[in-house]
Amino acid sequence: MSIFLNKKSKVLVQGITGRDGSFHAQQMKAYGTNVVGGVTPGKGGSKVSNIPVFNTMEEAVAKTKANTSVIYVPPPFAVDAVYEAGDAGIKLIVCITEGVPANDMMKVYQYVKAHGARLIGPNCPGLISVDQAKVGIMPGTIVKKGNVGVVSRSGTLTYEAIWALTQAGMGQTTCIGIGGDQIIGTNFIDCLEAFEADRATKAIVMIGEIGGSDEEDAAKYIKKHVTKPVVSFISGQTAPPGVRMGHAGAIISSGSGTAEGKIEALNKAGVPVAGSPTEIPALLTDLIKQRKAKVAKKKVSASGKTSAKKTTKKKTVKKTAKKVTSVRKKTVSKAARGTKKTTRKASGKKVTNKRK
Amino acid sequence: MKIHEYQAKEILGAAGIPIPAGEIATSATEAFEIAERINLPVMVKSQVHAGGRGKAGGIKYAENAEAAKVLASNIIGMEIKGLTVKKVLVTAAEDILSESYVGIILDRVSKRPIIMVSPAGGVDIEEVAAKTPHKIFKLAVDPEQGLKAYQARNLAYKLYRDIAQVRAAADIIMKLYQCFWDCDASLVEINPLITNTAGKVVAIDAKMNIDDNALYRQANIEAMRDLDAENSAEIEAREGDLSFVKLEGSIGCIVNGAGLAMATMDLVKRYGAEPANFLDIGGSSNPRKVVTAMKIILEDPNVRAILINIFGGITRCDDVARGIVEAFDELQPSVPVVVRLTGTNAKEAAKILAKVKLPFENTLDDVVKKAIELAQLDVAV
Repeated sequence: MSIFLNKKSKVLVQGITGRDGSFHAQQMKAYGTNVVGGVTPGKGGSKVSNIPVFNTMEEAVAKTKANTSVIYVPPPFAVDAVYEAGDAGIKLIVCITEGVPANDMMKVYQYVKAHGARLIGPNCPGLISVDQAKVGIMPGTIVKKGNVGVVSRSGTLTYEAIWALTQAGMGQTTCIGIGGDQIIGTNFIDCLEAFEADRATKAIVMIGEIGGSDEEDAAKYIKKHVTKPVVSFISGQTAPPGVRMGHAGAIISSGSGTAEGKIEALNKAGVPVAGSPTEIPALLTDLIKQRKAKVAKKKVSASGKTSAKKTTKKKTVKKTAKKVTSVRKKTVSKAARGTKKTTRKASGKKVTNKRK
Repeated sequence: MKIHEYQAKEILGAAGIPIPAGEIATSATEAFEIAERINLPVMVKSQVHAGGRGKAGGIKYAENAEAAKVLASNIIGMEIKGLTVKKVLVTAAEDILSESYVGIILDRVSKRPIIMVSPAGGVDIEEVAAKTPHKIFKLAVDPEQGLKAYQARNLAYKLYRDIAQVRAAADIIMKLYQCFWDCDASLVEINPLITNTAGKVVAIDAKMNIDDNALYRQANIEAMRDLDAENSAEIEAREGDLSFVKLEGSIGCIVNGAGLAMATMDLVKRYGAEPANFLDIGGSSNPRKVVTAMKIILEDPNVRAILINIFGGITRCDDVARGIVEAFDELQPSVPVVVRLTGTNAKEAAKILAKVKLPFENTLDDVVKKAIELAQLDVAV
């Protein structure tokens, strides 16, 4: 139904008593996110919007069983906050902070990876799994439930793309901003892999920009591994070389990382690139139609020269069949949930036994 | 942030990497005095943030102090790639037997520092990479483990056969790696690293780029910032906490978010005009930022129209609208301004903006088209 984040995610807010932390803790909670606590050294025992505040991540995780954290602390302390989250056993760490030194990121990246956790960011807007949870700063008002996965290196440009999709009636599963820095924890390929595996996601929008080679690498990956339709937009076609365009990572260095190069690589991989973010929905609709037409053609050629009527009949039959399976799935998933609960209870008992 | 060759050499010299004697001069007389003190043939090297200084005539050899004086007077004040030379480095000339390359860059893909060495130094390393890639040797270093002495030695063997020179180069590579971390560099480069007729290994040119994000803890390097190398608008923008890049077009852009700012510029081009700038007011909603932004853009005589494009998330549209009203009161813009505000508190913003009666558009594409249209009208009048 979503990637990386869902309504069961238990979220801690690192830097919850700060200006941004307290505001967004409220916003996340209002969206329905399961915000279980916050951490600010020295402020333990207090509350922010009825959310308990702890002094350390270790304590917060022990008390709340949180598995996700979001970091709003100032740049000089952000990397330490990532280490603290990792050591406390957090599995999804989302770092919103902008201005984190890249050399520190190189070190913490290796560390987080070795701990089996996922880091998103830094310098990112976070992510929303629509109607389930949001972690970060994306406005919850622009998203709509649906089946498009959105991944982007940018913040407001992502909102623009999401808004265009929503207005065109194309809802989303998860929208994720991976950040505009040179060294980031989660890249396009990680997200593409997750969207490809997510059953609810039927199409993907990928928004890139100048600098680095993540888009080119993603293009190669899409060609090999992604079966779902992907549409892209790349910003920075008019950016001069050698100058940082706001984001630390948005820089064309010695001719590499240009928008042209990225667009070419994506086109080669069968990914259409929109000329404006507002054209993304139409481009995606066209691509889906094309793919369907291809599938239909194959079916027609497979069934010989039989009339089109037959194929439509087949389709309707399939549709009803789908309905049946989806109902079945629901019952199965309910059952699955039930078993999960029992296993959890069982494991809980084990723990108490140990303590005894 | 870029620093000059002489500043990079100061850092490397202090770290124990052999560099030739030299000092910085801002006049021909100073250059003469430095050359006299060195008492050897010298190089007079322009200090500007541009590649290809030698080809542009900005690096010259002087047999003696008199010659250094003449060359310095020629080089100081000359233009290299649009930058005026204000300083020259006067440094002892070396007799070069071989030229190598040693550099460390932050690699985005492996997320590690990569050390690159090449026996084909003295030219642009990108040229070597394109033409003779087999002459470049790379090592990605585990940032947690650091660089081991044997790794530095292995790289040094790619440059020299003489064991004394290998040891010297290995020592230089180790020290350079330390400088990379100590200075929060994103790039450090010695090109060329030479051997001279005495058999010594010496760094005769150096380049360093520092991570802007780390400048808060690099006060010594921040103090090296060359304000002459930046234009006044860029300095003003930095002080106002705005992300700004001056461009050559006629459509001024004020946008929130770097990605959206770039996309807005791209659309200006797509619909037939050129952007005058990149400007990101950032995530905060401080109305003063809008005033500063508009002031900077209005100082650019090429600007024919200004477009303001805000997608409110964290940024609240009503705050931006207040900034626009303030800017109109204070600056009375001489060019047409068109606005698009959407997202958080857009309705409140529209009410506030009713006071200044600005053309208001609803979509990204429309605001760009409108700005171009108004710019053309302005020219026609």
